Amino acid sequence: MSTNVTTASGADAPSFYDLEPHEHAAHGSTHLGFWLYLMSDCLIFASLFAIYGVVGGNYAAGPGPQDLFDLRLVAVSTAALLLSSITYGFAVLDMNEGNQRGTLLWLSLTGLLGAAFMGLTLYEFYHLIHESAVPQRSAFLSAFFVLVGTHALHVFFGIVWLVVLLVQISQRGLVPANRIRVDCLSMFWHFLDVIWIGVFTVVYLMGMLR
Amino acid sequence: MSANAQTANAQIARGGHHAHDADHGHGHDSGHAHGTRKTYLIGFALSVVLTAIPFWLVMAEVISNPVTTTFLIMACGLAQILVHMIYFLHMNAKSEGGWTLMAAIFTIIVTLIALVGSLWVMYHLNTNMMPGHTMEATDTPEVP
Repeated sequence: MSTNVTTASGADAPSFYDLEPHEHAAHGSTHLGFWLYLMSDCLIFASLFAIYGVVGGNYAAGPGPQDLFDLRLVAVSTAALLLSSITYGFAVLDMNEGNQRGTLLWLSLTGLLGAAFMGLTLYEFYHLIHESAVPQRSAFLSAFFVLVGTHALHVFFGIVWLVVLLVQISQRGLVPANRIRVDCLSMFWHFLDVIWIGVFTVVYLMGMLR
Repeated sequence: MSANAQTANAQIARGGHHAHDADHGHGHDSGHAHGTRKTYLIGFALSVVLTAIPFWLVMAEVISNPVTTTFLIMACGLAQILVHMIYFLHMNAKSEGGWTLMAAIFTIIVTLIALVGSLWVMYHLNTNMMPGHTMEATDTPEVP
């Protein structure tokens, strides 16, 4: 037995198994893998932005951005999403300090701000459909509903994930698995904010300048 | 049990304990980057400013030339995306051994090809193929 261990840990002998456990494997690969998922999601949004850029001016004699968009509404929903970014940041900081109560509180606040954003987007969609500015009306409206709708769908699933995480943290506490989940949702949430910067710049602000 | 085997076992025990510690110390060994209260607040302040400027420019109609305004709001948007990447997503060359940065650079290149390529190709398709183009205008008199 003594010789076996010596050869396995010896530098010149071939080693067939590692005696040192790899403590970074589970954490590192999850974060990097989730980052790669986000990057692929980014490409989906890139193609939707490209479609909007190509056909965004084709109104088919229908209503254009200046007839439809209310910038005050967009400013409020942008503020909600921006605030939810900093509240999520505080949730992660509290989690790193091991403060479970603070984490739950900041996460709940983030969820409420996300829900406010979702509500404003749904209100806008309802308002547009009520004015018969439906996706079938023109290429501009198709591209608009697909781009903004895909972003809203991401926010919706982010909120679902966040609610599940709130339940999991209150039941199991800040265990390593939950910490990884909070970190991944943090990336997802901030990523959605980055996409929203593109949406409000290209769709709403540049639409009003047309 | 020999002295060598005991040392090896002790190493395993220590390694295992270390991994356990790392879990409770929130896996700083993973190379996943984190922010501090200060960096989050700096990022938030910058993004508030970079959001307020484009909205103000468009809503108050500060500049009469729409092309200038478009370039300014696009510059603000790009700057804010960078702010979010650095202060909220903690992008740097060190996290995950540089692989997140590599993936991000690759994505930016593919995104630019998709966006600029589509707009460029479709712009030329529109200007060269649409009815009413100069080529077609000179051709029309010949067609009865």
